[in-house]
This record gives sequence, structure tokens and C-alpha cells, in this order.
Amino acid sequence: MHEYVDSLKTYTVVFVSLLALTAATTIVATIDLGPFNVVMALLIAVVKMLLVALFFMHLRHSTILTKVVVGGGMLWLGILLVLSLSDFVTRGWLPVPGK
Amino acid sequence: MITEAVQEREHYLNASHGIKSWLLTKDHKRIALLYLHTITVFFFLGGIFATLIRLELLTPQGDLVTADTYSKLFTLHGVIMIFFFLIPSIPATLGNFFLPMMIGAKDLAFPRINLLSWYLLVIGGCFAMYAMLAGGVDTGWTFYVPYSTNYSNTYVIATGLGIFIAGFSSILTGLNFIVTVHRMRAPGMTWFRLPLFVWSNYATALIQVLGTPVIAITLVLLIGERTLHIGIFDPARGGDPVLFQHLFWFYSHPAVYIMVLPAMGVISELVSVFAKKPVFGYRVVAFSSVAIAVLGFLVWGHHLFVSGQSVYAGLVFSFLSYFVAIPSAIKVFNWTATLHKGSISYATPMLYAFGFIGLFTVGGLTGLFVAALGMDVHVHDTYFVIAHFHYIMVGGTLMAYLGGMHYWWPKMSGRMYPEGWAKLSALVIYLGFNLTFFPQFILGYLGMPRRYWTYPDEFQVLHVMSTAGASVLAVGYLMPLIYFMWSLRYGPIAGPNPWGAAGLEWQTASPPPAHNFEETPIVTREAYDYAALAELEEAKVG
Amino acid sequence: MDSHTETLALREQFETPAQQKEISTLGMWIFLVTEIMFFGGLFLAYAIYRREFAGVFALASNTLDVVIGAANTAVLLCSSYTMVLAVRASQIGSRKALIVFLILTILLGGVFLGVKAYEWNQKFEEHHVPGPSFHLEGTSAQGPAQLFFSLYFTMTGLHALHMVVGEGLMLFLLWQAYAGRYTPSYYTPVDVGGLYWHFVDVVWIFLFPLLYLIARHQR
Repeated sequence: MHEYVDSLKTYTVVFVSLLALTAATTIVATIDLGPFNVVMALLIAVVKMLLVALFFMHLRHSTILTKVVVGGGMLWLGILLVLSLSDFVTRGWLPVPGK
Repeated sequence: MITEAVQEREHYLNASHGIKSWLLTKDHKRIALLYLHTITVFFFLGGIFATLIRLELLTPQGDLVTADTYSKLFTLHGVIMIFFFLIPSIPATLGNFFLPMMIGAKDLAFPRINLLSWYLLVIGGCFAMYAMLAGGVDTGWTFYVPYSTNYSNTYVIATGLGIFIAGFSSILTGLNFIVTVHRMRAPGMTWFRLPLFVWSNYATALIQVLGTPVIAITLVLLIGERTLHIGIFDPARGGDPVLFQHLFWFYSHPAVYIMVLPAMGVISELVSVFAKKPVFGYRVVAFSSVAIAVLGFLVWGHHLFVSGQSVYAGLVFSFLSYFVAIPSAIKVFNWTATLHKGSISYATPMLYAFGFIGLFTVGGLTGLFVAALGMDVHVHDTYFVIAHFHYIMVGGTLMAYLGGMHYWWPKMSGRMYPEGWAKLSALVIYLGFNLTFFPQFILGYLGMPRRYWTYPDEFQVLHVMSTAGASVLAVGYLMPLIYFMWSLRYGPIAGPNPWGAAGLEWQTASPPPAHNFEETPIVTREAYDYAALAELEEAKVG
Repeated sequence: MDSHTETLALREQFETPAQQKEISTLGMWIFLVTEIMFFGGLFLAYAIYRREFAGVFALASNTLDVVIGAANTAVLLCSSYTMVLAVRASQIGSRKALIVFLILTILLGGVFLGVKAYEWNQKFEEHHVPGPSFHLEGTSAQGPAQLFFSLYFTMTGLHALHMVVGEGLMLFLLWQAYAGRYTPSYYTPVDVGGLYWHFVDVVWIFLFPLLYLIARHQR
């Protein structure tokens, strides 16, 4: 199934990018962006994740089914986080004690 | 019906001998039987706890056991029945046995992992048994904090570990099924030619893979809280006990669909065979299985309506909970439409299917009652909820399981069970079930709380009815145990297709050869193509 | 059925080696999805409590050594690099390169774990391990402060446990590679082992900023 063999150059470029992004996220954290610090940190982490997944884990060469599986996993994590947080974030929105 | 001479031919049961050939088998059919033995043991163990519960509840006073012991009884009943019987039941026995055959495969994708998942269930069960014998656990099967973390003096950790390990069993089964259905179908077996039993088990597998890991981490955190006081659920540290409930129910609600979806798959098969008609609206029923699996993940907050969850979240979860009823209702309508103008046979499996359709409908409709925020405030933690889920789990899943066992028994064992006794026990079970659980709706509505071992005198009549029903039910469950075992030695030899059913599993001998089929089947017909089968029969006879 | 003698590359239940390889890879990806959900519960707890106790969490996070954390992240990324080169080596049939890269991956993983042990020991010495002797300077909210460190130890601990399992996997692959078991027509275990290793790396890619980089501008 693996008719492709990625080149040493491809992997090295990805690796160096990952190191650069690690440095970037560390430096950006020292700048006060208010609430956007978290956003930047997560964004950079997502980009790093995509680099590892697409290149190191060969996701870009994988079948559609594999991509759906990975996408599904991310979606389900999203469901867990968003729906649960919907409780904690909306507490105290009503002028009723304890709700 | 063609009867074969007494088999001296080779099949999966006699292909190899000795205990090692069973304990180290890679054959999905043998693994299915290993599971069958294990879950049967757990079923009757869970049943013993149920018996003790119902005996205690015969009288308003707590006179049979102490309050602490009673808490252990209902906890162990729940833990054993849910994690060690219902969740594995249909997928690991009937699914393991028939899914590969139904798609025309030699085995599952990962046979060794299949065997491993059985061992994991057994090991998990050992931890649970240890907890039971060493003194029990009294937190309720839901393990709510802070009682389970800070106050219970029972074997919470051992039980939690047992469930954790059994959870891995479930995950691996699900993983195996997903890969198998996607990648190992025989030539011509397209998605929309698959038996609906395969669709149901596939949808179930999705839930097993996506949901079970969350209860795994929940148990890890529970054990961490209990042993190391990490504080994650502890208000004194800033933790939130409701977080436990979110994490617990994120799995445990979809878990009920793990328990009912395979049962629905069995019913699709039974209704089709015993009405000699294709299932009405095949594609809709197939999609409804996946819809239930997906929607089932969006509703867990309906277990937290009165726990301190925000009202807005409660609104959202209540609203979503109504949606998940729709695909279930669709199935009931489609099964009914399948029966319309069908050539109905009242063989035992069909009796169980009828029972399922009626009882599941009651259970499902009462689910709508509890999905309504306002109504749930009144009936939460009462016997109404207990009746609701027993109608689905026992009136639904267990009936479908028994129906499936009767239907596929000749294929698995090569023998027919005694039809007269089977019909009688189906009737006994149906009557016993309703007598046990219908009064519980009334009890709950009138205010009888769950997990209580004493109650006001005016509830006694209903409790006595319920216990009487339970004793009838117990007899009804013992009967198949006895006659199935009897049939192995004395039952009439079954041919390859005693029911005249469509489906690849019926195209091979009973019991099947170790490698399932002599040649890879090539599929050209749609599922449940009884018209074509009838023509074939006429061509043969005429 | 068309039966064949079973080999490593073509087990009984499959029709072709290509089918077996694709199925093995798919199986590992599905397993990794279960791992996403498993860690997911911890990320949920983290999100909830960080939101609620933002100030204390920032204070607690700032006691972690960012330089060591970042360096350790680089070490792990490096191990992913050597791992993918190991897979590549097996794809092109370079047994020697495969062995070298597997050894490097194992060593780098070991460095990561060693640094983690050092960091944990630091926390122990500073009385930042939740328990009776816990104390975080600069706040009266000692409860939520302990919550941060409970999450820190649970999340990095679970991650480290997965690393240890990964090291074991790598050692197994090394042994098999040394025995010449992997060729361009059968290198699935290396591929699939690599997937696991990269996944554990991805978890750390999220853990580092979430645990170490909260409000680092407040110095």
C-alpha cells in the first residue's frame, strides 16, 4: 500500500518547522495578548499536530477511511469538551440560586 | 427441511480437541462460545442479587438484610448485569459468531485480539468477583462522588479496576468489528446488502470505541481521588462533583445504546425471517442504527437534570434527548410494516421479537417522560426510572438476546431446541416480566425512591406483585438454560437452514466448518431477498 | 476457501499482504482515537478548572521551568524525527539505518523520561506535590493550587506511562529488526509502532503549552 516513500528532505523540513514552532509558542507566551495567549498557544499546537499527523504519521497518503477516523476522533473530543463546558460556562446565568 | 445423517464430518466444534484448543483458539466461533459461557454465569449471578433485592422488598421493613448490605446488593446487581452481561452479550456472542459469516469472511480482522478481549472480560470479572467476595461495594453502579471517593468503606477500587479492564474488552471488540465490516466483506457484499444485524453491530462498535475510553479515564480519576486525594472532584479543593457525573454519563448513556442496538439488529433479522419478507425501509433502518449511535452521544446531561447542572445545559440536553427517540421509533414502525402482509410464523424466536417490539416501545415512550426536564424532577431517582430502563434492558435487549439464541441455536450447535418448552418459557418470561416491572412504574410515580430498602406500608401491594413477577421470571430464565443444554445431547439434528432464511450464515452447514465456508461466497442478491429464494425453491421442486 | 500457509506478512484471515497492511494500520488509528478520548477526559477537567481558577493556575504554572519544558519538547520532537526515519529505512530495506534510528528514538525517549523525573523531583523538593506538605507561595487558594498540580502530575504521569509502553514497543521492534525480520515487503510493525510513538508526541505537543505557558508575561 505504501507506494510512496517520503524523502529525507521532506521529513527534515517538517522537523525543523516543528522546532521553530516550539520556539515560537514559547516566545509568544511571554507577550501579553490577554485572552489571545491561549488562542495562539492552541493554534500553534494544532499546526504542530497537523504536521506530525500529515507527514510523520503519513496521514496525507492514507485512505479516506483513515482520514474520516481521525476526523471523527477529533470531532468526538470536541463534543465531550463543548457540551460539558456548556454546563460550566452557563452556570449562574439565571438569577436563581444554584443554577 | 433436510436432515443430515449424524455428523461425522468436521466442523468448528470437533476440528480440534483439548482445553488448549479452546483457550488458545483464534476461531471467532469458539471465542463466541467462550463468551457465551462467561456471560451466562454473570447473568445468573446478577440474577441472584436481583432475587435478594426483591425478597427484601416483599415487606416494608428492612428485615432480610441490613441497609448497608442492601446497598451492596443493588450495586452488584447493576455492575454485574451492565458491565459483565448486557454490554458484552449480543456483540460478543452472536456478533462474534455471525458477523464474519454474514459478510462472507473467514474470521474477524484481528482474531488474536478477539481472544484477548475475552480474557480481558474474564480478568475484569475476577476483580469484580474479588470485590464481591471480599465484602462488596455499596456506591450504586454509578459510583457518584463524594460517597465513592471519601465515605464508602467498601471495595470501590477493586470494582473500578474490574470495570476498567472489562472496558478494554469492549473497546477491542468494537475496534475489531469496525475494521472487519469496512475491509473484509466478500465480493459483491456491498454496504447496502449487509444484513441489518451487521449494521447494528457496526453502529454499536462505533460507540464502544468512542465512549468507553471516557469511563476508563473516569475510573482512573476516581481511584486517584480515593487513594491519593488528588482533589479533582473535591469541593474542598475547588473540585466539582458534577464533573464526575459528566465524565461518567458521557460513556454510560451511549452505553445503553451499546446494550440495545445489537438487540435491534437481532429483531430486524427475526422479523424478516418469520414474516418471510425483506425488512421494510432497509436503508432507513440501517441509517437509523448509525443515527442512534451518533445522537446517543449528545444527550448524557439528562442524567444530571437535578444534580446542579446549569438550567441552560439542562434545556439543551432535554431537547436533544427527544431527537434520539426518532430513529428508534422509525425502527419500530419499519418492523411493523415488515409484518404487514407477511407470511407470519409463530416460532419461538418470533415470539421474542413480538415481545421486544411491545416492551421496547413502552420503555422507549417512558424514556420521553424522563427526558422532559419538568417530569424528570418528579420521577428522578424513583422506581419510574428503574421500570423505564428495565423495560428496555430486560423487556428489550434480553428478549432479543433470547430470541437470537433460539434462532441461531441450530446453526451454532447443529441441534434444534424443543419448540414446545421454548414457547412455554417465552410466555412465562413475558408474563413474569410485566408482573415484575409494570407495578414499578406506578410505584415510582407515587414516589417510591430507588435504592431504598424500606418503604411506607401503602406501597407493599405493588412490591409484592413485583416480587411475585420476579419469581415467575426466574423460572422463565431457568427453562432455556435447561432445555438448551438438553438439546445438545437429545435435540433433533438441525439442517443447514431450518428456518428457510436468507443470509450467508444459512448457506453453510450446521455447525459450520472451522473456516466458515468451503469457498469464498460471491454475493449477487440483496439482503432478505425472499422473493428470489422462493423462486429458487420452486425451481428446485418443480 | 482459498487457503494459504500463514506467514507474518499474510495471516490466514486475509487475502493479500496489502490488505493485511492496510487493515493493521487502520486498526492502530482506531486505537489512537480511543486514546484521544481517554486523554480527552483530562483535558476537559483541565479546561474547566483553568477557566475557574485562572489566577492561581497561572501562578502555579509559572513555577514550572519553561526552558527545561521547551527543551524536553524538542527532545521528543527529535525522537519523532528519528522514528519516521526508522520507518523510512525499513521501507527502503536499510536494516542498519533502521537499527540506528530505532536506537536513537529509544535514547531520546529515555532522555525525555529522565528530564521528566528530574522535573518531578524538583516539584517534590519545592513542596508542590499535592498532599499534607503542599504549599504554593503567593496565594491563599491552596486548594485550587493543588488542583493545578494534581492535573499536572496526572496528565504528565499518564503521558509518561504511555512513553514507557512506547519504549517497550521500540525495544521489541529493535530486537526484531536486529533479527532481520523487517523488509520492504513486511515492515508493518515498524509503521504501526511509529504511529503510536507519534501520537504520544502529539499529546505532549498540547501538554507543554497548556501546562507550562500560562501567563508567562507576568514576570
